Amino acid sequence: MQRDFLLHYGRQFGTLIGLLGLVLILWILTPYFLTVSNLLNVAQQTSINAIIAVGMTFVIITAGIDLSVGSIVAFSGVVLASALQIGIPLPLALVIGLAVGAVCGLVNGLLITYGKLPPFISTLGMMSVARGCALLYTGGRPISGFSPGFRYLATGELLHIPVPVIIMGVVYIIAHVVLTRTKLGRYTYAIGGNEEAALLSGVNVRAYKATVYGLSGMLSGLAAIILTARLNSAQPIAGMMYELDAIAATVIGGTSLMGGEGRVVGTLIGALIMGVLRNGLNLLGVSSFVQQTVIGSVIILAVLMDMALKKRRK
Amino acid sequence: MNTSSDIILEMQHIRKTFPGVVALDEVHFELRRGEVHVLLGENGAGKSTLVKILSGAYQKTSGRIVLHGRETEIHNPHHAQELGIGIIYQEFNLVPQLSAVDNIFLGREQHLPSGLIDQKRLAAAAQEVLDELGVKIDTRCPVGELGVAQQQMVEVAKALSQDAKILIMDEPTSALTEHEIKQLFTAIRQLKTQGVSIIYISHRLEELFEIGDRVTVLRDGKYIGTEQISDVTKSQLITMMANRELKAHFPKEKAARGDEVLKVSGLVRKGALDDINFSLYRGEVLGIAGLLGSGRTELARALFGIDRMDAGQIFINGKPEKIGSPKQAIDLGIGFLTEDRKSQGLIMALTVKDNICLPSVAEFARLGFVDGRAENEAADRFVRDLRIKTPGLNQQVMYLSGGNQQKVVISKWLCCQADILIFDEPTRGIDVGSKVEIYQLMNQLTARGAAIMMISSELPEILGMSDRIAVMSRGSIVGEFSAGEATQESILQCALGVT
Repeated sequence: MQRDFLLHYGRQFGTLIGLLGLVLILWILTPYFLTVSNLLNVAQQTSINAIIAVGMTFVIITAGIDLSVGSIVAFSGVVLASALQIGIPLPLALVIGLAVGAVCGLVNGLLITYGKLPPFISTLGMMSVARGCALLYTGGRPISGFSPGFRYLATGELLHIPVPVIIMGVVYIIAHVVLTRTKLGRYTYAIGGNEEAALLSGVNVRAYKATVYGLSGMLSGLAAIILTARLNSAQPIAGMMYELDAIAATVIGGTSLMGGEGRVVGTLIGALIMGVLRNGLNLLGVSSFVQQTVIGSVIILAVLMDMALKKRRK
Repeated sequence: MNTSSDIILEMQHIRKTFPGVVALDEVHFELRRGEVHVLLGENGAGKSTLVKILSGAYQKTSGRIVLHGRETEIHNPHHAQELGIGIIYQEFNLVPQLSAVDNIFLGREQHLPSGLIDQKRLAAAAQEVLDELGVKIDTRCPVGELGVAQQQMVEVAKALSQDAKILIMDEPTSALTEHEIKQLFTAIRQLKTQGVSIIYISHRLEELFEIGDRVTVLRDGKYIGTEQISDVTKSQLITMMANRELKAHFPKEKAARGDEVLKVSGLVRKGALDDINFSLYRGEVLGIAGLLGSGRTELARALFGIDRMDAGQIFINGKPEKIGSPKQAIDLGIGFLTEDRKSQGLIMALTVKDNICLPSVAEFARLGFVDGRAENEAADRFVRDLRIKTPGLNQQVMYLSGGNQQKVVISKWLCCQADILIFDEPTRGIDVGSKVEIYQLMNQLTARGAAIMMISSELPEILGMSDRIAVMSRGSIVGEFSAGEATQESILQCALGVT
C-alpha cells in the first residue's frame, strides 16, 4: 500500500516539498506570512485559478489544451450578471452562468472531435470568439452592483473559512474522485495515454473528449461566479491571461503536456505555489515586474526538474 | 561478365542478433556490376535486415562486407550514401511540399556567392539525372502532387545524383500499376547499362523472371542459395523459400467444433478488400495466411468496426449486425488483439489493472462510479490464470516483458467476455516460452467454445495452431485449406498467386 502510494503520488510529493520549502523561506523572511488570516487570504486568492486549473488538468491529461478559459470566464460572468440584474432568481442565474461556460467548452470539444481541429487552434479561436461575445453583449461596459446574497459566494465565511475556499475544496474533492474512481476519469487517462488503443478498447473517444472540454468550460463558469461576486462587477475584459495561470498550475503540479498522466492534487499544489509566491513577494514589497519574472522561472524550473527526475527513474 | 573483377560487393558470414533473436546467421550475398540481384524470402526471412545492414541503418553483429575489393564498415545511413549505396524504401523519404528538384538536392543545395540557392544549376542537374532515367517529370511541381511512380523516380534520381553505384529497391512495384511497372523496368534496364547494380526485393515471382539476373533466397535468417534466374523455375524457388523448420513445438489440442458464430458475406472495402466470404465456428482456430499487404489486417479492422465497409453483411450467431465502431464490435463479443501492441493494444502508462479492465469499465461501474474492489478481483484472477509476471496490479504495463504485455491484452478481451477473438500476429516479438503459453491459452479458449481468427505471417504457426486456413492475396481470400491438407508450400503458392 505504501509502495503504491509513492508510485502514484511520488511526483506530487516532490511538488508538495517545493511548496513547503517556499512557505518556510517566506516565513523566515516575513513572519506575517504564516498567520492564519494571511494563509486564508492566499487560499482565497488562489481559488479562482485553482478551480479553472482543475478543468485544465482534465484537458491536459487527454493530451489537449484549453486556451479559451479566460475568455469564457468573462463571457459567463457578463451573462450571469445581466441575468441577476433583470431579476432572475439567484439559483437559476448561477445555473445560467455555469451553462454558458459548459456550452462554450462543449463547442470546443465538438470542434476538436467531430471537426478534427487541433485543440490549440479550436480553443485559440474560442478565446477570441468568447471575448468578442462578452464585449458585444455588454457594449464593452462592466455590469455592476449585486445583492448581498450573491456576493456572499465570494465574501461570506463558513466556520471562519471564506466561501470560495470551501467551493475550491469541494471542487477538488469531486474532481479527485471523478478522476480516480469513475469511468470518465479512467477514460480521460486512457485517451491521453493512447487514443487509438482507447478507441480500440471500445471507448467512445469523441463523446468523452467533448465532455472533458465541456467540463473545463463549466469550471470557468464557476470561476466567473466567484470572480463576479468578489468584484461586485462583471467585466467583459475579465480573466485575461487566466489560461496561462491555469496551464502553469497544472504543469507545475506534474501533469504532462503529452497526456496520460497527472493528478488534481498536484494541480492544487501548483496553484498554491503560484499563489504563495505572489502573496509572499507582495508582502516583501517586490515589484510586480520582478514577480512576473520569478513566476515564469518557477514554471520552467519545475518542468526541468520533473524531466530530470523522470529520466533518472528510467 | 563473370570475372571476379565484376564483383563490386560481397557480404560474407553476416550475422545479426537482436536481444533474444538471431535475425541473420551466416548469410552470404554477392553483387556484380550492372546486375539486378533479387533478394527473395518470406516475411521475416531476413531480407530487410540484410539491406538495412548494407544501408547503414543496422550494424552487423559479425561478418565481413567487401565493397569494391576493400573490406568496409558501414557506420550509418549517411556513410552508406558516401559509399555509393542508395536505398529506396516502400515508404518514400520525400518532402511532399517541395519540388522534385528541391527533394533531389535536399541537404546538398549549392549556393550562389550571394548565399541564395543556385536554382538554375540544381534544376539543370536534376533534369540531367531524370533524362538519364528516361522519365519525364514536372520538376517544379510539389512531389506530393505527382503520382506514386513519379515519386519513386524522384527517389531514384535522388540516389543517382549522389553517385549511387548500388541501388536497393524494397518492393518497388507494390503500389504501381501494370503500365507504371513497365516504365520502372525500362528505367532499371537503363541503369544497368550505366553499370549501376540493383538489389531488388519483391514477392512477385513473375516480376523476378522479367527483370532479375540472379536470385538469392533467405529463409529464417539463413542463406539458402543463389541461382541464375534463367536456371530456375518458380516451383524450385518456392521450395527454397518454404520448408521452414518447425522450430517451436505447437501444443495444439483440437476442440469440438460448435455453431457458426461469425459469417461474413460479400465484404468489400474499396481499395483494400474485395468480396470476402467466410465463416467462423465455435471451438476452432481459423488461420489467416498471406503476405504483408494482402489485406489480412484490413479485414480484421473492418470486422472490428474501425474501417467502414463499402458493401457486404456480417452475421453474428446467425443475426445480421451492423458494426460501426469498436464499441459495437465489443458489445457483440468481438475482441481484437492488434498487431502492434505498443501503439494500439495497450496504454503503456496505465497499470496492468487499468488496461485489463478498460473495455469492461462500464460493467464495473454503478452510476459512473467504478467498483475498485471488483476490478481488482477480476484483474487479479487474470493475472493468476494467465500467469502474468508482474510485481502487482498497479504496475505500469510499460515495465512488463513482451510476452506478459501480450497476456494483458488477451486478459483485456477475456475480461469483457469476448468469444470471437481476432488475433493479429499474436506471438510477434515474444520469447519462445511465452509463445507456448499463448498457444496453450488459445487451446483453453477454444475448449471453452470461443472462436479464434488468427492472422499470422509465421507459416509454421499457421499450420501448427489452425483448424482451418484461409489464404489472402491482394484483398481477397484466394484459398482455403483444412489443417491436415495444407503444407507450407501449398499456402505459399496460393499467397504468391502461383497456380
